[in-house]
Amino acid sequence: MKRYTLKTGVLEVVMILVALLFAAPVYVLLNTALKAGGVTTSLAPVANPSFDNFVTAWVSGGLGPAMINNIVITVVSVFLIVVISASAAYPLARITRTWSKLAFAFFLGGLLIPGLLALIPLYTTFRDLQLIGSIWGLVIIYVGSQMPFSIFLYVQFLRSLPLDFEEAATLDGGSPFRVFWQVVFPLMRPITGTVVILNTITVWNDFFTPLLYLSGSGTNTIPIAIYSFTGQYVNQWGTIFAALIIGVIPLLIFYFLLQRSIIKGFAGGLKG
Amino acid sequence: MTQRELAEPRTAAPGRSTTPRSGPARTRKRRVGAGTRAPWWFLLPALAIFTLIVVIPSWRGAFYSLTDWDGLSPQFNFVGLDNFFKVFRDSAAGASIMNTAFYAVGIMVVQNFIGLLLALGVNSAIRSRNWLRVLFFAPAVVTPLVVANLWQYILSPQGALNTALRAVGLDFLAQDWLGNAQLALPAIISVVVWQFAGYSMVIFLAGLQSIPEDIYEASSLDGAGSFKTFWNITRPLLAPSMTINLMLSLIGGLKLFDQVLIMTQGGPGSATESLSTIAYKDAFQFQLFGYSTALTLVLTAFVAVASLIQFTLLRRGEDK
Repeated sequence: MKRYTLKTGVLEVVMILVALLFAAPVYVLLNTALKAGGVTTSLAPVANPSFDNFVTAWVSGGLGPAMINNIVITVVSVFLIVVISASAAYPLARITRTWSKLAFAFFLGGLLIPGLLALIPLYTTFRDLQLIGSIWGLVIIYVGSQMPFSIFLYVQFLRSLPLDFEEAATLDGGSPFRVFWQVVFPLMRPITGTVVILNTITVWNDFFTPLLYLSGSGTNTIPIAIYSFTGQYVNQWGTIFAALIIGVIPLLIFYFLLQRSIIKGFAGGLKG
Repeated sequence: MTQRELAEPRTAAPGRSTTPRSGPARTRKRRVGAGTRAPWWFLLPALAIFTLIVVIPSWRGAFYSLTDWDGLSPQFNFVGLDNFFKVFRDSAAGASIMNTAFYAVGIMVVQNFIGLLLALGVNSAIRSRNWLRVLFFAPAVVTPLVVANLWQYILSPQGALNTALRAVGLDFLAQDWLGNAQLALPAIISVVVWQFAGYSMVIFLAGLQSIPEDIYEASSLDGAGSFKTFWNITRPLLAPSMTINLMLSLIGGLKLFDQVLIMTQGGPGSATESLSTIAYKDAFQFQLFGYSTALTLVLTAFVAVASLIQFTLLRRGEDK
């Protein structure tokens, strides 16, 4: 068994030093954001912290509306991803006919394609449909592009899930629709957790899709609001950093509340 | 066709009845479909949206790569494979392919080396291990754009890194990290590594934790040193985690976009341009829509090859 020896003590000190070095950029971030005025070269802790930068960033960066858009886009996209990919995975995992295998391979093919390939041509279609600048356009894109990965996770999970429960429920006369949503779906809770976590982080953080599909429309997500903000406040790092902090706070709260499941989701998600 | 018709023949199929109904889960593999009535139409919404959002646009992209379309005008000409010849002749595209290879390999090697060291460190008996895991992984959930903006300042001429170097008397090392054509690309790699080393760490950690403790006890009774133990026991048992990590970071590096666009916009010159950034610029700034889709197809080929290697390696690993 692992005992706490002298060697462990040395390792502990080394690891804490590494951690401090690793966290140094976060110190720079906080320290600069709390400094009023433009002087940013000193590394010394700020003498009289002020929240002026946060007020400027919130008001002139339009972070409030952007935050609401981000929340709406993320919640609606992740909800639809879960519902649509979980139900698609059900026949894909349970029906062993050739068409089912082919359909699964068709979805898996999507894992090989970088988003860029579809996103540039899709832009012209969305432009013709006047979906540029609409957050619902983004939701549709996220749902479509996150399908392969989410279906893959659900199918892998379902294949290892015994049939006993659904067999019993079917014998009790449940319709396939009810059997799935009332018996099978609740049993898939662990993998639903992983799907929710991985997709929430991907969708919330995405920069490329809204850069293309929202540009010039006045509708922003957090990454786009920060991007245009940094363009206006060139080199005013205090204000920019305040905007960065505001932008990542919701995600960091999500992370620290659920750190155990999030780390597990990332560590195991890809092995399925 | 009803779902019943689709599901029933399975149960009635001769030869299938040899599998006992209540057998252990493993023997069921071939029997799936027997006690389930998964409706085939559950598939339709996913199929529809995936086809409309990913498959059709990707095919259209492949089609446009054979044209000189500017993305706007109603007319365009077929130019055959000209766009692809241009990708390999054009010095800017050539440079971006080289840069993309550097990003991918550099990130893959450094991120996993550091990630492995961190994983070994926090998998020990140290008291701060749980705190450190949470800390090291934290940047991986943060928006890459935010991380890029933060580091853009740290690496700027008057930024925190140079201030720190001057404070400890290393003035001669201070420089414009992102403005130097030789240093900008490694600087971007370092930023990506800082953000995602914790991601590699958690995957290695999951691998380390699945290694039974008694193997190590036996090894220490045999008097093996810690390096020998690592090399002979840990390393081979970590192979699946290693495969996943190598391929995830390789694919992430091939697709690199956000960090480059934020920190250097591809500059100085085209020293840090990646395939994604030039494809984006060609499509949306220079109206070279057809050419841009050819670039993304080249990127797709790289990503697809990397992903297929991953699938193959993982499958081989599972068979052993």
